[in-house]
Amino acid sequence: MAERLLEVNDLATYFFTADGVVKAVDGVTYHIDEGESVAIVGESGCGKSVSALSIMRLIASPPGRIVHGEVIFEGTDILKLSETEMRDVRGNDISMVFQEPMTSLNPVLTIGYQLTEALKLHMDLNHKEALARAGDLLEQVGIPDAHRRLKDYPHQFSGGMRQRVMIALAVSCNPRMIIADEPTTALDVTIQAQVLEVMRDMAKEYGTALVMITHNLGVVARYAERVIVMYAGKIIESGTANDVYTDPRHPYTLGLLKSVPRLDEKIPEKLEAIEGLPPLVIDLPDACAFAPRCKFAIDKCNEKMPELEEITPGHVSRCYVASELHELAKK
Amino acid sequence: MVQETKTTEKTKETKSSDGHDNILEVKNLKQYFPITSGILLQRHVADVKAVDDISFTIRRGETLGLVGESGCGKSTTGRSILQLNSPTDGEVIFNGENIAGWNVNQMRPLRRQMQLIFQDPYSSLNPRMSAGSIIGEPLIVHGLTDSKNEYRERIAHLLENVGLNPFMADRYPHEFSGGQRQRIGIARAIAVNPSFIVCDEPVSALDVSIQAQVINLMEDLQEQYDLTYLFIAHDLSVVRHISDRIAVMYLGHIVEIADRVELYENPQHPYTKALLSAIPIPDPVLEATRDRIVLEGDVPSPSDPPVGCVFKTRCPSPSNQCTDAEDQMHLVEVSPEHWVDACCVNCG
Repeated sequence: MAERLLEVNDLATYFFTADGVVKAVDGVTYHIDEGESVAIVGESGCGKSVSALSIMRLIASPPGRIVHGEVIFEGTDILKLSETEMRDVRGNDISMVFQEPMTSLNPVLTIGYQLTEALKLHMDLNHKEALARAGDLLEQVGIPDAHRRLKDYPHQFSGGMRQRVMIALAVSCNPRMIIADEPTTALDVTIQAQVLEVMRDMAKEYGTALVMITHNLGVVARYAERVIVMYAGKIIESGTANDVYTDPRHPYTLGLLKSVPRLDEKIPEKLEAIEGLPPLVIDLPDACAFAPRCKFAIDKCNEKMPELEEITPGHVSRCYVASELHELAKK
Repeated sequence: MVQETKTTEKTKETKSSDGHDNILEVKNLKQYFPITSGILLQRHVADVKAVDDISFTIRRGETLGLVGESGCGKSTTGRSILQLNSPTDGEVIFNGENIAGWNVNQMRPLRRQMQLIFQDPYSSLNPRMSAGSIIGEPLIVHGLTDSKNEYRERIAHLLENVGLNPFMADRYPHEFSGGQRQRIGIARAIAVNPSFIVCDEPVSALDVSIQAQVINLMEDLQEQYDLTYLFIAHDLSVVRHISDRIAVMYLGHIVEIADRVELYENPQHPYTKALLSAIPIPDPVLEATRDRIVLEGDVPSPSDPPVGCVFKTRCPSPSNQCTDAEDQMHLVEVSPEHWVDACCVNCG
């Protein structure tokens, strides 16, 4: 069995705003093993990005604050590290790929400069070595004429190419884990596939664990080994990709899977949309946050938030009707 | 509640040569954007050929899907049809009348019949106007209401029609979520009772669970108001769901056009095949066994497209004919209603 790389225990990140306390992430517990690829899925505002930013300690404070919890990375709680020690972790041990390839690269610096900066800082390479390695990295992520293009600026690359540069940047210091926050959402469908492919290949080659954050279950089906579904700041289902896709045990996961039109199925008359809107995570009552949108809600759902319960080994769901969900869905 | 009055001026039936009742016919449409150089004397040095000689028809009451990657000219096509760009060449025949090159004043009465829904629900609504005045503005512009009361009732009715609460009319865009904003954009488009709507990526900025809601809403409205849609998107699975026929665009050209079932079951053009294979299926078992056609390289620049077949630089099996030939791109009918680019048909 693979070594445990990261353990997130009861992590909670709140934002203290004028309108009240936004519990963006509220008691999230999960783990990532070495070399594993995991997808965190949920819609905007469910806390998936905030939970990733919390791991990197990149939450703007104020208004945000990690109120409690542990993030244990290779045995040390990185929430207790000083800012200087944390800097060693970022890029060196854990690196991040952001959603917007347009805004996450500095437009006034060459790609070569941005790639070598981290290499010189973290890997103690001299300028020449760093440049050579940067060129090799660009080549590996599939940028043609890589060594010459080091002199180019971000605007000279297309969106997909920029995301490749971001991936090269993320793997440049051989991190143990890459967090990719919606890495393909801003890209075209054809390019999405290419970028994810590159990301997975790079992660495999370097034995890096990969955490993919996305709102589209379809995109990651091919790449994720495990899937964690979040809703309103909490994990509502998690399990192996196979379990979650073929045997979803939470009405929200089921709804997400059904609301996407599928190419391999007959065209339905109507899409099965999840009605309603995700709740604002301010002052949520102690009840299932999904209950107002749920077709299967029972009285109990509005009285108390269900706990995460194991259905089969490794497959958990936060739902009172998890075990009968399939019979109910058929009706 | 005021019952929507159907536009009385019944548009004349336009049976065209192909025997269909076409609401819109696009013939050899070209939209070039000039590249100039020099400060004082703006010399015209080249053209960005955003749309280069495309022809298609849209039948009354159907949805035509237009798909392609960013930069292929699909949005430009929509804007050129609505005369938001003045086409460089070609005809845009709407209800039997060629409107290509019409100016703002000529177009204004027609705008009641053709509307546009935008991609980004954040930038397409004026943040300083309330939802009610955003939806009501077209009613005022076109003089469709006589009294304040009627105006208010129409707005309330429109809000209800798109699944929003009438009391939300006084709220401002920032108080709505992305999906709700898109509903406001849709309400604004249907306010004037149009017959034709260009939908420019209406769901691609929305969350998956909200996408399905908006697609269902658009289908309901189509039935209710007898709408014809030109549905522009890059996501083929969404397009397949909502469209009757689908046109695939690449670098300013339409490379394949067919009925949705035919296009998915029997794609002919290598670009269509590649697009289809890139669509993920939410099933890890199936995904693991699927073959994926990955196109090499990038889309060439539309200011300097390849001569002859524009797809030859990325075609997985280019033949000698297409690499040499300087034939213009044109569609041929391979089976009834299924048109494919000639070069690809010749290649086999």
